Amino acid sequence: MDSELSFWALAVTQTLLFVAAAPLLAGWVQRVKCHLQNRAAPAVWQPYRDLAKLLGKQMVIAHNASWLFRATPYIVFGAMLLACTVVPLIVVHVPTAAIADVIVLVGFFSLARFFTALAGLDIGTAFGGMGASREMMVAALAEPAMLMVVFTFSMTAHTTNLSVATAYILNQGLLLRPSFLFALLALAMVAVAEASRIPVDNPATHLELTMLHEAMILEYGGRHLALIEWASQIKLMIYAVLLINFTFPWGIASEPTMTALATGLVVVTAKLMLIGVVLVVWETVMAKMRLFRVPQFLGFAFMLAVLGMLTHVMLEGGN
Amino acid sequence: MDFANLGLFNQAIILFAALALLTSFLMLAQARMLPLIFTFAWQGFLLATVTVLVAIVTGHSDLYVSALLTFALKVIVIPWLLYRLSVRLEMQYNAEEIAHPSLLLIAGVVLVIFSYFVAKSIINLSGLATRNIIAVSIAIELLGMLLMCVRKSAVAQVIGFMSMESGIFFAASVSAYGMPLIVELGVAFDILVASILFGVFFFHLRDSFGSLDVGQYNHLSEANETDTPDDRATVPATGGHA
Repeated sequence: MDSELSFWALAVTQTLLFVAAAPLLAGWVQRVKCHLQNRAAPAVWQPYRDLAKLLGKQMVIAHNASWLFRATPYIVFGAMLLACTVVPLIVVHVPTAAIADVIVLVGFFSLARFFTALAGLDIGTAFGGMGASREMMVAALAEPAMLMVVFTFSMTAHTTNLSVATAYILNQGLLLRPSFLFALLALAMVAVAEASRIPVDNPATHLELTMLHEAMILEYGGRHLALIEWASQIKLMIYAVLLINFTFPWGIASEPTMTALATGLVVVTAKLMLIGVVLVVWETVMAKMRLFRVPQFLGFAFMLAVLGMLTHVMLEGGN
Repeated sequence: MDFANLGLFNQAIILFAALALLTSFLMLAQARMLPLIFTFAWQGFLLATVTVLVAIVTGHSDLYVSALLTFALKVIVIPWLLYRLSVRLEMQYNAEEIAHPSLLLIAGVVLVIFSYFVAKSIINLSGLATRNIIAVSIAIELLGMLLMCVRKSAVAQVIGFMSMESGIFFAASVSAYGMPLIVELGVAFDILVASILFGVFFFHLRDSFGSLDVGQYNHLSEANETDTPDDRATVPATGGHA
């Protein structure tokens, strides 16, 4: 009973850590990217400063905005908050993972996306509608690929519970599973599309016509914008942590002792920094693709995920 | 079969075979000529690696010769010949228009499922360590055939043909630990001769038709008239604008 209680306390702490560390990951990515492109780099704390500035600003809301427009930032942030409760970050055993599995996690993402698209349409500007339709197109292609990736992993681990799946991968040791390799590649491609990174979307663009995600939230300001930006930083971090947990979870704490937790924290930080560097290199060598090339990109991700599932059945004997 | 109980070499065999299957899909999706040739070379490299690994695991020393043949032909000689040809035909930077890219990939997945279905009865009978890879080798053959069917460029079709041949070679080495050496040498020599003949054919095709796009060969044209297929293709477009 006591240990169960401590696991709940750990889950809450872990969620708070998740939310607090997400801007740090974004700041790290930004900093490394600046270094790589020979630009003067901002401090890694810059996203916190931006968020603090936005939180202190007055909001300007259009007259024709409905309750949907005001509620969306809170719904989006709430969905991301709930999503990070079920992802193991520094400790494997998360009691909340038994309540909501990885399919619910995908559901949280689509809930957030649904309301962002509605808010983009709500205000009635051209860019909002354009951004909403583009985001929905990308989502409609990325979600099946994401689900196929999830099914590939859960066919091996025999569960959709993220805690149990991570523990299974942790216990089986390092195996050269081709299905995991394909699913990893597909998950990385989906993550790039869903977290609005190059080559699907450019998060730093100032050109409205090329925007996907940003075009929907052009009308937001102040506190609302802070929440939405923070939510998208959390989303990037969730995808990075999912990549780590599914493929290379070693180092994560399996019991709630102080040393194990400290090791877990250090190891996950190192892995997230590494993923950040990989993301930056990828974004630097790639150019943003045309919008109509995106279906081909995500179609390839879907094909990879299906291939992962097929190789699991064909080559790994379905076990 | 439990994957976790396999040795490292057996796991590596399966991983590299799966990667070879992936290169078949990459070739289907690759529209540009030079990356297509390089992907073909990578496929040859992966298949040679799998053959070496099978030789190490099973102790069949004949397979080393087969791997060496695959490496020499599929990784060095044929890609180099194709590269030289595409440079001399000035088409190394050409990008082909692929008609329905996503549909093509789905068709590829269907072919993989079909080859698994076909190979399943062999897998149940066989006791070989590499029996699961038979489905992959059949899939590589079928995907090569799909590449031949959908591409219009003659060079891409030749790559599809060579990829089919790689699949057959691979099937022999994983289902029966290689063909008799004399057969393998004969086939390898045939392939070498075929690739040189294809090169000669490309030049003849370009001289007689003015293009390596086999889609254009359906157009009837008379040698002495100026009405070439290219002109005919542009006439309705300009008419539409007017």
